[in-house]
Amino acid sequence: MKPGVAILVAALLAAAGASAAPRLPASGAEVLEELPWRADPQQRELRALRARLQEAPRDMPRAVEVARRYIEAGRREADPRYYGYAQAALGPWWDQAAPPPQVRLLRATLLQSEHRFPEALADLAALTAQRPDDAQAWLTRATVETVRADYAAATRSCAHLSSLADELVTTACIANVGAMNGRLAASERLLVAVRARAGGADNAAVDAWVLTMLAEMAQRRGTAASADERFRAALRIAPRDTYLLGAYADFLLDAGRHDEAAALLAPHARVDGLLLRHALALRAGGRARDLAPELAELAARFDAGERRGDGVHLREQARFELALRGDARRALALARRNWDVQKETPDARILLEAALAARDVAAARPVLDWMRGARVEDVRLARLAAQLFPTLSVDGGKG
Amino acid sequence: MKRLWILISLFTAAATWSLPALAHKPSDAYLRLTLEQGSRDVRGEWDIALRDLDYAIGLDADNDGRLTWDEVRARHGAIAAYALARLQLERGGAACALVPGRQLVDTHTDGTYTVLAFVAHCPRAGPLSVEYRLFADVDPQHKGLASVRDGHKVRTLVLGSDHPRATVDEGAAGAASGFLAYVRHGILHIWIGYDHILFLVSLLLPAVLVREGRGWRAVAGLRAALADVLKIVTAFTVAHSITLSLAALGVVALPSRWVESAIALSVLLAALNNVLPVARRRRWAAAFLFGLVHGFGFASVLADLGLQPGALAASLVGFNLGVEIGQLAIVAAFLPLAYLMRSTWFYRRVVLVGGSGAIMLVAALWLGERLFDLKLLPV
Repeated sequence: MKPGVAILVAALLAAAGASAAPRLPASGAEVLEELPWRADPQQRELRALRARLQEAPRDMPRAVEVARRYIEAGRREADPRYYGYAQAALGPWWDQAAPPPQVRLLRATLLQSEHRFPEALADLAALTAQRPDDAQAWLTRATVETVRADYAAATRSCAHLSSLADELVTTACIANVGAMNGRLAASERLLVAVRARAGGADNAAVDAWVLTMLAEMAQRRGTAASADERFRAALRIAPRDTYLLGAYADFLLDAGRHDEAAALLAPHARVDGLLLRHALALRAGGRARDLAPELAELAARFDAGERRGDGVHLREQARFELALRGDARRALALARRNWDVQKETPDARILLEAALAARDVAAARPVLDWMRGARVEDVRLARLAAQLFPTLSVDGGKG
Repeated sequence: MKRLWILISLFTAAATWSLPALAHKPSDAYLRLTLEQGSRDVRGEWDIALRDLDYAIGLDADNDGRLTWDEVRARHGAIAAYALARLQLERGGAACALVPGRQLVDTHTDGTYTVLAFVAHCPRAGPLSVEYRLFADVDPQHKGLASVRDGHKVRTLVLGSDHPRATVDEGAAGAASGFLAYVRHGILHIWIGYDHILFLVSLLLPAVLVREGRGWRAVAGLRAALADVLKIVTAFTVAHSITLSLAALGVVALPSRWVESAIALSVLLAALNNVLPVARRRRWAAAFLFGLVHGFGFASVLADLGLQPGALAASLVGFNLGVEIGQLAIVAAFLPLAYLMRSTWFYRRVVLVGGSGAIMLVAALWLGERLFDLKLLPV
């Protein structure tokens, strides 16, 4: 009777802490793990750099170089383990209240990749005060301020760039803020004009970044053809950029082009955000048989992230719960926690969608306040807000 | 030129920022610790990603990027030495000696892990402290997700370079929450333990009546009924508190099958007494006598829950308090109804006699089940 209940509860708890059963491999030749390094020249270079750093771990220029290369590898592969390695390289200075500026900039970048935005901003504010001609610090600061919906501060940070960086970079920074802040069409026109005058960017990565930004502005205004064209132009330059792949997949999913979305993302299942969109595409295409293992995999990955206790995956997890598991209440709780951390268009969208599904209009109120306060223009957000608050007219999509 | 290069790497950053960094997944290891019951030893199982171990100490002997079981097996000694040097366990303030056992492999969402078994020999009992430093020097974002199992209780800990130490339990907050948990267990136990409820109800049914010749009549006032109830409940409480304490503290131990059978018998006799009264005015004495038996029953539940080490008295008192609260709730629900219905034929014939008969039947089945280890009833 009663002890049975206790045993059952304990067993469930234990199961949550365990995975499949540990096993003994069948043969000595069985391959257990494929490592990411060795053959790749970039990986070989990283190994050599790391070995050199181990000889003199307090050599700051060397440590900064290693950390920067690891951060780049982390972005290229969308693999957060590299951020941990970067942090290790900065270890001798990591806990200092005011580390040397080069270290501090990388610390801010790493903090921000963990969504620890207030700490990142504290570092960036100190850094820009100390070195007002550091373009990178201003740009990073503007980006974090935009994520935190502090558009006035972000605009000020971008303004500092004008004398430090080229015109296209400065314009992209300012247009990106303006497009969130009541000047969508004007920002888009400005950025298109400056890009044309510069004859495209002289650097492929900057061009892909600007094109992605322009595609999203077109998407927010509801001009699908133009968005599609820009997304594809950006993908020709940066075919493996995970953010771009995710953004274009979302565009395709909204347009009902789920087969194209599935094909686009098929090679990128290791990245959770892309696997999630791949699963959404499969479901939209009615491919239930292929979908089931992806759902299990996503559930396991989100569970692992949750046990770790970090909030980096909240937005995608909310989307998973809402669109793939149909658990509106849980999705709403996740989307609200996510909204406390970051406030970009997709964060607003998932919170509105979850609130709509959960019939909890009050939960959507902070997003509505944000939309009206910042004069956000976005056709889909406006449509969702109108469904939630039919009596209010929400400005949107009229540029 | 240099400045531009830096800016570019930043742009890629700006573009990837809003994507979850989970991606492949940050580095985690899973540490499962089990406190051996009746011993000071702690058993451990530690899942560590092969990829992380390769990064820290190198596993890929032929350097081809593919880790085979032979390559991993050849490094088992080095893995155990590396990992266990970065884990410290203490019990009662004294360090435990960690002895590695065999290693298997397991699969998590981001790849294959070694599963390192070990035993910690601890010189003393007491609260367990964990100090976790695995990979702190090569990947400070690594986290150790630990679970500590003590009997049926499982505590989870998230350890890492920014929070390497944790002690399992004790502390004022721990004791307080532990105490409340035991109160809840006590309440729950009496509510879902139908045998205790039926015993109490059997004793309480005649409390609103007075025996008159061969029949019953309603008791005159509430005061008389209350006095009767008070005597019975107090006697039952005192008796089961005595045996619960004695058994929980290990002074007396009885085989649970006999205890459970005796509890069933007590229910049977208490109900029988309502139909064929033997103990008329001294039902409180029966409550006391059989209360002793019920106390042993409570003790076996408490033994299953496990007493909180270092907070023995708190868990015992908490559980007992819970039992009393649960019991008073039952009395409070029963008494007003019975008092209002006491003068009706329905109460005297159907509730008292019929109800007692039904209780006797159930109790007899329980007795059979428990004596002969059968399963006849759903509860």
